Formats: sequence, C-alpha cells, structure tokens
Amino acid sequence: MICSFLSLPPVVLALLKGLAVICVIFPIAGACSMAERKVSAWLQGRFGPNRVIVPWFEWVPFLGRGLQRLGVFNLLADGGKLLFKEDPLPGHVNKFYFMIAPAIAIIPAFTTVAVVPFGAYLDQAGQVVPLMLANVDVGVLAVFAIASLGIYSMILAGWASNSKYPFLGSVRASAQLVSYELSLTLSVLPLFLWVNAPGTEGSLSLVRAVAFQSGTWHGFSAASWGGVWFVFLMPVSAFVFLIALFAETNRLPFDMIESEADLVGGFHTEYGSFKWSLFFVAEYAHMTVGSGVFVLLFFGGWNPLPWLPIGTLFGWLGLVPSTGHFSYAIAITQGVLSIAVFLAKVLFMIFFFMWVRWTVPRFRYDQVMRIGWRRLLPLAIANVVVYAIVIALLQRS
Amino acid sequence: MSVIQVQRKPLSFAERTYLPQVFGGLMITLRHFFGRRVTLEYPEQRPEISAGYRGVPTLVKDPNGREKCVSCQLCEFVCPPKAIRIVPGEIPAEAPNAHVEKAPREFEINMLRCIYCGLCEEVCPEQAIFLQNVYSLCGYSRAELVNNKEKLYELGGTMPDPHFKWDKKKAAAEHAPAHQ
Repeated sequence: MICSFLSLPPVVLALLKGLAVICVIFPIAGACSMAERKVSAWLQGRFGPNRVIVPWFEWVPFLGRGLQRLGVFNLLADGGKLLFKEDPLPGHVNKFYFMIAPAIAIIPAFTTVAVVPFGAYLDQAGQVVPLMLANVDVGVLAVFAIASLGIYSMILAGWASNSKYPFLGSVRASAQLVSYELSLTLSVLPLFLWVNAPGTEGSLSLVRAVAFQSGTWHGFSAASWGGVWFVFLMPVSAFVFLIALFAETNRLPFDMIESEADLVGGFHTEYGSFKWSLFFVAEYAHMTVGSGVFVLLFFGGWNPLPWLPIGTLFGWLGLVPSTGHFSYAIAITQGVLSIAVFLAKVLFMIFFFMWVRWTVPRFRYDQVMRIGWRRLLPLAIANVVVYAIVIALLQRS
Repeated sequence: MSVIQVQRKPLSFAERTYLPQVFGGLMITLRHFFGRRVTLEYPEQRPEISAGYRGVPTLVKDPNGREKCVSCQLCEFVCPPKAIRIVPGEIPAEAPNAHVEKAPREFEINMLRCIYCGLCEEVCPEQAIFLQNVYSLCGYSRAELVNNKEKLYELGGTMPDPHFKWDKKKAAAEHAPAHQ
C-alpha cells in the first residue's frame, strides 16, 4: 500500500503531503485562538470558556465533561459563528484591495511551512531523513523572505479601509515589521557561520542546523559540543531572535498596531467575520511557524534533550530495524515520534508567547522604534561581529 | 504640610534591560496559572448572602403560626415606587386572634416596581414584612411577577418573635378587669 502511495505522480504526492501539513497547521492555528482564551484565563485566575458542549456528547463518560471544561467545543462554536456571520463590506473601502488583503495575509503564513522540517526518520542506511515538504538549500532564507510578505497584507488592509484607525494601525505595522526584520535575520547569522564550517557544502537549510545539534555525549571533550543546543552556545542570538519574533508576529509587548485599547482593531478594524478570522488565523500561523523555526534553530528541533538526539531515543525504544532491512511501519513510528517531540516544543513556545502576552504591558510606538533601531540592531550587529571573530579563530583549519 | 522627597534610585544596567522585571512578572503569572481560580461558578456555586441583604420583600408568620401583617398600610404609604397595594379587611370575631382586629384581604407587591430599598421593612410596626435573601426572580408575564398574599407568605416563612405583643395585650386585657 505504501509502495503504491509512493508511486503516485509527484504532483499528486506533493499535493497530498501539502494537504496533510495544512491539516495539522490549520487546526493548531485555530486551536490557538481557543488556547489563548483558556491560557489567559488561567493566568488571571479565572476559568475561561467551559460551558459549550454538543448536547449528546455530555453523556460520554469521562471525555464529555472533561472536554467541556477544557472549552474545546467553543472552538467549533467560534468557527461556526465566524463562518455564518454576515461578512460586512463597508461602502467606503476600496473593494478590491479590501478583499484580497486577508488572502495576502494567510498565503505567506501557510506557505512558509513548506520549507520547515518537522520531524525525521532513519532511512535504510541509518541516515536521518527530515520530514518536510521541500528540502531546499535556502531553508531559513526562504522562511524569512516569504514571511515578510505578510507585511503587505497589513499595509493593504489599513490603506484599503479608508478610515483613521486602520490607517494608523497599518502605518505603525509597516514601521514595526520592517524595523525588526533586520534584527531577525542578523541574529541567525552566527548560527549559519558555525554550521557552514570551511570545507563543508554551504547551506542555509534548517536541517543542517538541527543536524549540528544532534550529537551525543563524548565526555568533557570538544566532540561533545556537537550535542549542545544553540540556545546555550549562542544565547544572545537566541534572545535577539526571540524578541524580533515577538515583534514580527505582532505579539505583546509589540502589539501596538492592533492594540485594542487605543486603536479598536488597528488594521483589521473594518473587517468582519470571515475576513477577520483569516487575519486572526494568519497571525497564529505566523506564530506557530515562527516558534517552529525558533525550536529548529535554537532548541534542537526534534531532538528530545541536549546530547540525546532522536536516533538515541529510537534505539532505546527498540525502533531501529536490523541493518539493511527497511520497515515502513518502523519508519512511520519514528516519524510520528519525532513529530511529537517537535510539536511538544512548539506548543510550549506558543504557550510562552501567550504567557508573555498576559504578563507584560504593551510598548508605546516610540519605545518600539527605539528598541528596534537603537537597542536590538546594535546588539545583533555586535553579536555577529563577536561570533564571526570567534568562529573564524575556532574553525581556522 | 511638609514635602517628602521620594528617592528614585537610578536603575542598574540589568534593570534597564527590563528583563529581571519581566522574569519576575512571568513568575507571578505562573503562580496564578497553577493556583486556585477565584471564579464563583454560578449556578452550581451560589454566593454567600450576608445577614442584612435586601432581597425580595416577604410577609412572615410568627412562631405560633399567626400571620403578622395587620394591614396598617404604612408600607404602602412609604414605598417610593408604589409597588405595594393593600386592601385591608376585618378579622371575624370568632377567630382565635380576633383581638388583632385587622388583617389584609389583599396584599400585592409588584416586583416590576419594587426597588428593594427596604423602607417597608423599616416602617412596619408589626415586623411583618422582611426583605430576605431571594435575589433572582423571573417570570414569563407581567402578571406572574406580581406577588400576591399567598406567594408573599410562602416566600416569607416564619421569623422568631422576641415580643409576642398581641399575646401580651390579650393577656393584659384578660387580667385587667380582675385588677380593677
């Protein structure tokens, strides 16, 4: 059965794989909205939504009440509401741009996931093969490039809305996102300088970054550096990347462009049910993919712990087939396990995003600009310079 | 009035990055995350009603089962939105409490007018009307929300009576001719 699946025409295969990935990312992005409400409630000492239930589900013994208290069915209620609510198209907007702006928001958000690996399995030769839609060499550059296209949606939405609050929101959005783009890309440079050691084939692929964090413990020797996660090796890089990621995904403390108190809704003020939900889901999808990239670059990707790569875990669980013999069942199990480890880390990062949102107050516009240009960018540049010198000295051979 | 100079210590380098403060804040919110929720889950959990709570007005009986209201109409007079409507009546001569002489024939409180001020309770000379602890009432029609005498006595129940003044008056009236 698997052989017949693999012998489908490549286009169909790619389509099915893409569909499978979307079927994971879209529910995660949707569930984020629900998780946001529950996590924010728990952080504030409340319960959050815990009453919605499909009537007959109540009688399911343990799951019924449990899922009701978790607010899971509220997701269905919200989704259904947004689908069936009246979608307003105000008279004063530029209709064409108003309607394509949400599409432009959501297309880059979901396209970036094509170059992000989310798991791995061992092939016949025992090599780690990453699970991703497109194993291109320009991995991280493609992620940054495509994700930056999301800025245009905010600018377009604000401009097309032909109204004060969205205009202000989109002006602030363009300024903020462009400012933090630089720090974002500069912060990962030391990482790729280290990964592309002289003599190796140059690559910006995220798979190489994870491969460099998949070493085992070789005692207190230089060989053990292979297993250290980059968050410990390059903490300043991780810090700058995290701050810039918060700014790029418009999460507090950098969400002044959609600050509900001052700007009603910022660039999405004039948007209603389904178009607004596209912006909403796009923001959470950006958050998810951004967390995914952060985990891949700095937290070891799909490796459970530093010095405990996924291969060792496969060995402990007896998931390594005898040499030469390749079993699809074992490969699928390996893949699922690595995806589970990766998703656990990504979900923790998403929780971290929400945790910070409900703890820290919002920055003012001038504070955001000051931090972006006068604090974060010099820090990122200094970081690159210092690490470039150190890496050049260390990799002199 | 003297002026107190507040000393504002300059922030250290670490404090100027605001990271220690953010971390401290994160710890506080994490404590709430794992702590108890303060929400009262109505209607499964009900709030505690304190002693002087002004809920729905009710008519009470004394421990001997006698209905205390004597239809003096003071509460009807004092009620600010005129929610109370009383038609006074006579207690027949052969009843055991004939010495009380008056009892209401009709007593209606229109809950759509009542403002729960408690003036009727304050002014009642018989301590017959009390605002007790019912706080949620609803009905399907305006007629349903007018509490008549039966409903009022049903809601009221029995209150302890420290005086039993009508019994004392009756006893005094019986003993008076003997002391003349």
